[in-house]
Amino acid sequence: MSKRFEGLSREMIALRASREIKDDEYVNLGIGIPTLISNWIEGRDIMLQSEIGMLKTGPLAVGEDIDQDLINASCQPVTEPPGASYFDIFESFSMIRGGHIDVAVMGALQVNEKGDYAGWNNPVRGLGDLGSVGGSMDLCAGAKRLIITMEHTTVDSQPKILRELTYPATTRGKVKLIVTDLAVIEVNPEGLLLKEIYPGLTPEDIQSVTEAKLIIAPDLKEIEL
Amino acid sequence: MDKLYPSAEEAIADIENGAVIAIPGFFAAGVPRILLRALIAKGIRNLTLACGCGPLVGAAEERELLVKNKQIKKLIDSYPFFRSASKGMQDPFEQAVRTGEIELEIYPMGTLAEKYRAAGAGIAAFYTPTGVGSIVEEKIISNNSSSQAIKKETRIFNSKKHVLEYALKTDFAFVHAYKGDRQGNLQYRKTARNFNHVMAMAAKVTIAEVENLVEPGEIDPDSVHTPGIYVQRVIKVPRLTYAIGID
Repeated sequence: MSKRFEGLSREMIALRASREIKDDEYVNLGIGIPTLISNWIEGRDIMLQSEIGMLKTGPLAVGEDIDQDLINASCQPVTEPPGASYFDIFESFSMIRGGHIDVAVMGALQVNEKGDYAGWNNPVRGLGDLGSVGGSMDLCAGAKRLIITMEHTTVDSQPKILRELTYPATTRGKVKLIVTDLAVIEVNPEGLLLKEIYPGLTPEDIQSVTEAKLIIAPDLKEIEL
Repeated sequence: MDKLYPSAEEAIADIENGAVIAIPGFFAAGVPRILLRALIAKGIRNLTLACGCGPLVGAAEERELLVKNKQIKKLIDSYPFFRSASKGMQDPFEQAVRTGEIELEIYPMGTLAEKYRAAGAGIAAFYTPTGVGSIVEEKIISNNSSSQAIKKETRIFNSKKHVLEYALKTDFAFVHAYKGDRQGNLQYRKTARNFNHVMAMAAKVTIAEVENLVEPGEIDPDSVHTPGIYVQRVIKVPRLTYAIGID
């Protein structure tokens, strides 16, 4: 398997994932594509929690609005909208682990058909057991819903949606939805349900770059942005 | 009660080789850079630096000097590496970890936060659901074989598996605050608060560098983030500007 299809840009993956977040939800966005979701929810009633210790994290700061004491968990300067609050790290992880976060959106290196995912330790770096775990495992333990956003395949066109993980797991059985540049896939007890595909591609195309077996949804449609 | 010290150098004068020091900061924000620079100047070695989320990824210049001077024996953190694998390969810290010259221990961030909080709150250990399903539930993540060999205990509560994690007490903590008074009351600013409070709780001796030294009472008592009981020494430092962002 070394096929590659053109699909959504990273920004458009984030836009599609933003549709999965409902108004009035408390949401934590991981580093990478998930952070781009913040560009698509401006004006909506969604509260972003940043594990650094901020609730209602605003859009990225530019120019004179940049404040070195005001960054998000990806170390980017952000803004402070009315209604924001700050707190220390144990309060932040009390919110996360304590089940108060509705949705966590994370990037992943690999996902499997049971809803396990790997994201914290890329063996390619050759650091053995060591990796930057950050707050990912706490979010997996506490968030009510876990969504993965990622490219469908690796840079060298290897599948990332697998039968079994080959990289160290971040969590097991928690992933509910996978949004990639090529498809939207729901993780069900029966397996992976292919719900949406990039315009112009067929289910066979998606299966050809996916190691795990896909179940085709009866109402399969093109990805809606 | 007067906890004010005239300089960073004097505030850290009794720290010896082999000390365990908590270093707060979340990447670039809230890192006690002046105290770190005093530690570099002092040159003591064999240090264990207990971090929270990559303060030395944020303060990369300070880390480079600490590594170059061979001051670090062990680092504890949740996010110790540069995000970029290619930058990491060039990084002297990562190289020292690869060779085993620096021992590295990794915990999930929320577990680390609670380890410090517990140490300050008189709790010996706690059960957490974080890490279940990963190798975190099995063993300590480390490049040191004797640490790796320590198996973790798990237990079921409310039909969910939990992992036993231990409090992490340190000899010293360096903290960075926006305001402080001579009694040790501290106030942080925005997201620079992060690990500062829990680390102040966890240390036997907490040394606070404050950007603004104020008289007792000038911080509204309702807005004191760290009550002075957790702080033993205070120094006044300038507000530094630094690059935000990490490699």
